[in-house]
Amino acid sequence: MQRTPLFAAHLAAGARMVDFSGWEMPINYGSQIDEHHQVRQDAGMFDVSHMTVVDVHGVDARAYLQRLLANDVARLTAGGKALYSCMLNERGGVIDDLITYFLAGDMFRLVVNAATREKDLRWMQAQAGDFAVRISEQADLAMIAVQGPAARHKALSVLPEGTAAAAQLQPFFAGQFGDLFIARTGYTGEDGFEISLPASQARDLWDRLLAAGVKPCGLGARDSLRLEAGMNLYGQDMNEEVTPLESALGWTVAMKNEREFIGRKALEEQQIAGPCRRLVGLVLQGRGVLRAGQVVVTIEGEGVTTSGGFSPTLQRAIAFARVPRGDASDCTVDIRGKRLPARIVTPPFVRHGKACAGIL
Amino acid sequence: MSDIPTDLRYRDSHEWVRLEDDGSVVVGISDHAQAALGDMVFVELPEPGLSYAQGDACAVVESVKAASDIYAPISGEIIECNGALEDDPALVNSDPYGDGWLFSMTPHNPDELDELLTAAQYAELQDD
Repeated sequence: MQRTPLFAAHLAAGARMVDFSGWEMPINYGSQIDEHHQVRQDAGMFDVSHMTVVDVHGVDARAYLQRLLANDVARLTAGGKALYSCMLNERGGVIDDLITYFLAGDMFRLVVNAATREKDLRWMQAQAGDFAVRISEQADLAMIAVQGPAARHKALSVLPEGTAAAAQLQPFFAGQFGDLFIARTGYTGEDGFEISLPASQARDLWDRLLAAGVKPCGLGARDSLRLEAGMNLYGQDMNEEVTPLESALGWTVAMKNEREFIGRKALEEQQIAGPCRRLVGLVLQGRGVLRAGQVVVTIEGEGVTTSGGFSPTLQRAIAFARVPRGDASDCTVDIRGKRLPARIVTPPFVRHGKACAGIL
Repeated sequence: MSDIPTDLRYRDSHEWVRLEDDGSVVVGISDHAQAALGDMVFVELPEPGLSYAQGDACAVVESVKAASDIYAPISGEIIECNGALEDDPALVNSDPYGDGWLFSMTPHNPDELDELLTAAQYAELQDD
């Protein structure tokens, strides 16, 4: 398994390590539920150095990304602005979801998933043929995500000199501050920073964040946080066989103008008849835990959960499920042989540390 | 290295057993098991008065990671269940040999206790 620059820090903090797509990563440091609450109430940090950072640079960078991505980087006019998008194949199926940062002029930075690194890089290179762009992976960077209501305050208190201006970053904006690339983005539904920096500096920053009261949080908490926040997980909630329109990601597809992007035609065709399936949120009504792969029965037919778990904030089980199109608001879920009732809701489930309207 | 008290007996399915002075036994899951399963969120305990054969699935612990069956380590009748786990299943994680106990039983066949693993034997299994 591969190890990030923070491997020793995880062991020192008592982490239980697991294999995550070939990376030896911390699943928790004791209690993933405690870590979840820490992020919702205070500040926690995640080692996300396994994510893939790819810079796209060149005269045709913008035109290339406008063809490559389902969302439109024309929206990125201000320096540092970020955009969440899917990258599609010709069938409209999702190759990956990613964030694009407009750095300046002809330079963009993409952050893609760890599990899809090889596939994504191969695809991006293959699509670059006609464009004057250079695609270069930034493999020497570590990345720490500091998340929670107190995250920015605590991070700013320990960041090196010259990064004070990071306090001015607006949500979904990033900037380069000396050696640190700081983005006000995250995968938890809370405010915070995702900080990329040279691998050699990562342990020092981690230790300073620890001293400032930021608690280490593992992949277990990362999953329960993003699920509560209504954020999709590639490989579970979408894959190459489903489109963004079947994955509650229609809002990330920009089709209002004539822009040609890979997969556009397939999506247009799907829109004519309307997608046959939709991705919805589920809230289990009683005791039990929803998990991926459970059969869901609605009045419109059968579906399946794609992600699931116990929500520490709501104290009940929640899930995403792909079900037949329609407007059913109730269903049953087969949990170990019993059909248990669940409500169909529109994510997110939690915002500002509380249940969203209509969830409970 | 997980905690494995030497005054208890164990099953390879990770249940521990404590023989009480009155002849009853108390059952729970080991420190190794609770750490592997992660945070407990629900516990389904057997009904007092019901009887189980050794090895019967009689309870379920559901953690953030998975649902796991608990097997009767000996044949016997359920006396009492740990009601505290209804509101605080995390006791199984924080105190697996104490306040995180699951249920107690009246043994039907006290010889079965000798068939259970000692702490040393259970520890050896973890090393494999």
